[in-house]
Amino acid sequence: MSNQPKIRLDRVGKTYPGTKTPAVEELTLDVHEGEILVLVGPSGCGKSTTLRLINRMIEPSTGSILLDGEDVTKVNPDKLRRRIGYVIQQIGLFPHQTISQNIATVPKMLGWDKERIREQVETLLTAVGLDPDVYRDRFPKELSGGQAQRVGVARALGADPDIMLMDEPFGAIDPITRDRLQNEFLRVQAELHKTIVFVTHDIDEAIKMGDRIAILGDRSTIRQIDTPERILAYPVDEFVDDFIGAGSTIKGLNFLEVGSLKQIDYPTMTTSESPEIGVSRLDEAYQEWLVLLDDARRPIRWVRREDLAGHTPLGNESGEPVGDKLRTDDTLFHALELMVQSAAGQTIVIDAQGAYAGVVDTTHLNQAIRRAQREARLHYEELEANS
Amino acid sequence: MSGETGSVLVQDPAPGLAHDDDPTTTASAPRDGGTRTAELIERLGLLFAPVLIAGLAGALAWYHHSLDLANAPIQQRSPLNWSGKLWPQTLQQIEIAAYSTVLVVLIAVPLGILLTRPSLRRIGPPVLTIANAGQALPAYGLLVLGLVVAGQGKLTVIYALTLYALLPVLRNTMVGLEAVDRNIIEAGRGMGMTRLGVLARVELPLAVPIIIAGVRIAMIINIGMATLAFLIGGGALGITISSGLKLNQDSVLIVGGALVAIVALSFDWLGAVAERYLKPRGI
Repeated sequence: MSNQPKIRLDRVGKTYPGTKTPAVEELTLDVHEGEILVLVGPSGCGKSTTLRLINRMIEPSTGSILLDGEDVTKVNPDKLRRRIGYVIQQIGLFPHQTISQNIATVPKMLGWDKERIREQVETLLTAVGLDPDVYRDRFPKELSGGQAQRVGVARALGADPDIMLMDEPFGAIDPITRDRLQNEFLRVQAELHKTIVFVTHDIDEAIKMGDRIAILGDRSTIRQIDTPERILAYPVDEFVDDFIGAGSTIKGLNFLEVGSLKQIDYPTMTTSESPEIGVSRLDEAYQEWLVLLDDARRPIRWVRREDLAGHTPLGNESGEPVGDKLRTDDTLFHALELMVQSAAGQTIVIDAQGAYAGVVDTTHLNQAIRRAQREARLHYEELEANS
Repeated sequence: MSGETGSVLVQDPAPGLAHDDDPTTTASAPRDGGTRTAELIERLGLLFAPVLIAGLAGALAWYHHSLDLANAPIQQRSPLNWSGKLWPQTLQQIEIAAYSTVLVVLIAVPLGILLTRPSLRRIGPPVLTIANAGQALPAYGLLVLGLVVAGQGKLTVIYALTLYALLPVLRNTMVGLEAVDRNIIEAGRGMGMTRLGVLARVELPLAVPIIIAGVRIAMIINIGMATLAFLIGGGALGITISSGLKLNQDSVLIVGGALVAIVALSFDWLGAVAERYLKPRGI
């Protein structure tokens, strides 16, 4: 049963009374357990409506919604919503209740005992980075916007729901705080593994937050649904391409690691080896430069043939400095940044222990990008062939 | 993805980066000062009013005592008799105001709630228009109409005043409920609170200050209008004032007027206390 989606929308549609064109047209969508699925699209495409169909804040006109395979289209909507966390952009904290009362809203409705609620409030406040002793008895008006949304998230997590719906939760928060809240939320999610549907109009937020992204067009039709990597590497049509905007290739570099690159095999020698060995290795490899390593195989200098001829022993004064180094788990985005800065365009890669692993340059980035694009294209061609 | 950076930031906020969101700073520090001063003034006002009322009552008692009623002419002695006339009339005045205010609250608050529910929201404005017209009618006219319909007596006065003072409470209930931020209601519903739950636990508590302000207005209207109750045989302090006018007795006028003022001020003070202490914390 592990293949059963946590949430399945089965041909769900919404047509408001008195209108002819549906706001949401026959949407079929699976959300898998533990993933963040981001619904992203231009204003008015119906992404918020779609989100609100899931907890039936808006009743669907057609189709059915399944949670864990159970059709919830006909169950009591209030009881349904107590199983689903819900965060909105405007937060909507109850101003006449303290922070802890706000967070306790759903647990109280579910009849948890006082002690359990108290512990839960403490756990959640800590999880969202607010000190319970400081904030428990404050009122919402005493919080800044960022703090209020932390409480909003804590309140949605109140009764530990499996599913969270988030409607532009960080949309009204200044960019620095937003970035911080996003990071913290991803950290919390890494521990909690909730199934999350996240709505935003900001493609960068979608790329950052999403395990998968659904790009929605008019009437909430899915234009493309896939991992951020593949969407960036291979936008299926002009609409998606336009929506992702300029720089999609560069954004895609965030998802590739330096370790995946093919590397130039420069000759190396350690400081304890004699210069003659270095010369013979240069000859073997037909190279101009070699990398000088210390005894732990950490790169220390770039060395040329002339440097080998002159001074012995080799040390920190020979040749050229190695400059900034990349680690195998760095992103290609970071690699690009270093390469643009460095004069040679070549950068040494080290492994987790700091030992020499290879050298990359911009042509490798180029190859990696084209490989990602080719793989994504093949993936879609395969999908098409199978359908 | 970049979760690790996030946790580092939280545990070790960079010094000098005291940001809006920094959990160690209090966003509302300067605002607190202003609110505190306002609260102090409000509290002093609440303490000062009873002192003023007591002073007024003392002055009235001294004045009443100094009149030497035993040797006064009958035009003065009879209307200024405390236990026979003034005290019962004061009680009637309070009774009329209290009953009509309670009736107003019992009718207008539920009506206001009904008229703001989604299903009935559309007929809210026309009902408000009718209630507005009710208040535009002169109170005297309303009392006379009541006399025609329900005969004379205290009950008729109570009914007429209930009708007359309905508007402020109805309007404030509706405005108070409509003023509750839709997002707060949305959040409550989204968490699985029932419509009734949201009404009882969110909407009404948030609307209480505005509703109470309406009730206070209704009470002041009623305590004042109760003075006219004598016109249709409803009793109350209007009798004393009217006697003073008819018999041309200044002392009777002064005592009657001062008693009305004391009762009205006391009620207003009670309203102010209710407004101060029924307001939910946090708003």
